[in-house]
Amino acid sequence: MKYSIFSLARAAFSGHKTWQRTWRDASVKDRYDVVIIGGGGHGLATAWFLASEYGIRNVAVLEKGWIGSGNAGRNTTIIRSNYGLPGNTGFYELSMKLWERMEQDLNYNTMVSQRGVINLYHSDAQRDAYARRGNTMRINGIDAELLDLAAVKKMMPFLNFDNARFPVQGGLLQRRGGTARHDAVVWGYAHAASALGVDIIENCEVTGFARDANGKVTGVETSRGTIGAGKVGMAVAGSSSRVAAMAGLRLPIESHVLQAFVSEAIKPLIPNVMTFGAGHFYVSQSDKGGLVFGGDIDGYNSYAQRGNLPVMEDVCEGGMALMPMIGRVRLLRQWGGIMDMSMDGSPIIDKTPVDGLYLNAGWCYGGFKATPGSGLVFAHLLAREELHKEAARFRLDRFRRGAVIDEKGVGAQPNLH
Amino acid sequence: MRIVCPFCGERELGEFTYLGDAKPLRPAAGGSEDEVFDYVYLRDNIAGETSEHWYHGGGCRAWLKIARNTLTHEISSVEPAAGVGQAAK
Repeated sequence: MKYSIFSLARAAFSGHKTWQRTWRDASVKDRYDVVIIGGGGHGLATAWFLASEYGIRNVAVLEKGWIGSGNAGRNTTIIRSNYGLPGNTGFYELSMKLWERMEQDLNYNTMVSQRGVINLYHSDAQRDAYARRGNTMRINGIDAELLDLAAVKKMMPFLNFDNARFPVQGGLLQRRGGTARHDAVVWGYAHAASALGVDIIENCEVTGFARDANGKVTGVETSRGTIGAGKVGMAVAGSSSRVAAMAGLRLPIESHVLQAFVSEAIKPLIPNVMTFGAGHFYVSQSDKGGLVFGGDIDGYNSYAQRGNLPVMEDVCEGGMALMPMIGRVRLLRQWGGIMDMSMDGSPIIDKTPVDGLYLNAGWCYGGFKATPGSGLVFAHLLAREELHKEAARFRLDRFRRGAVIDEKGVGAQPNLH
Repeated sequence: MRIVCPFCGERELGEFTYLGDAKPLRPAAGGSEDEVFDYVYLRDNIAGETSEHWYHGGGCRAWLKIARNTLTHEISSVEPAAGVGQAAK
């Protein structure tokens, strides 16, 4: 079905009781040209780009739960392209440009809201670092503005400007950054991919790989039987190590839990996405009014999808330092998602040493903003057998070659990225 | 999550710092490139019972070896890490 103002009006006249399900309830075929493991944003985006951009439509997306049940429903919805290292800068800008046309491309309202992302700085050294990052962005054709204290005060008068320890001095602003509706992103890709013939198969857990005598992957074993595949793409962030282990691979990845929080709804307060550079705290306000915020990962390996109290306390302290008045707001809910923390904090998109198996992993806790870009470059790899030029540095062997993309500069310490 | 330090007793998680999987052993000096790569970068990343190193910086400042389940956060044993983590022979 195609959404338009007329379809909306038609449905309104029948009391919004006639909306159809948005993707087909596909039956499982014996064989596909490409099977994507993982029905999250990245997996669904990959399937959509395979069908729309590369003309490969005999594609299945296998999701062990239901669409939106994994990390796609467990993020803080922020989109931005304010990266400073070669490899990341171009890739995230590619993704940002795809966000800007996503609603037209998918015929789906993903509520992309370019309300701006501002990283606050609190010291001269941090200002210089942000100035450098902003310059890198501008050299690469990406928008960035370094704001001084007066400009920040005008934009966000409610901040605590009297903090003696971490005084706000200014911020690096990317106006094109913002938020998108996380559920709508996966629904939109599922809707658009399904319309092009992609089979989206929910409640189908991959339990192993079918391999031929040469070790080439020929399909996947699943809870719904064996499914043959010309190629298999993994997009299962959080579980990449577990799925790769089924093919005998060890990855430069650890799984960590990241918590996020939503407050009760309040009147419009925060006009953009803000990060508190002195600690690690980021916040935006959802269109419903809730403050959506988060901070660091818990810092130890976990597959539990729930966090622990010390980090919750740390995150809330960061928020209170920036905006003491949010201490009056009640916390509505909190959740934890499992992150693929790679050894340099950057993603991995590559063929694996196992013939026929392709890897899309290691997004750390920045996977949401990458969704469309990740889908495009992974589809490119699956269709063309070569890396997209904006993903050329995301190779799996970069750790061995010493070509890591260590944006945060903390080395092979996933719990510090 | 609370950790029962063998020296200090039961303490809250915030006193501890995580290092990582206790299984990889540092290759001996002159180890091959493959061994070093494997030690620095590759991880089993187990879903289930695993052993790992933690540092009790907010207490006795001892390194501990903790057996913990990564699916449930349940801790089954805590012992001093002295002696573990030495170079592989």
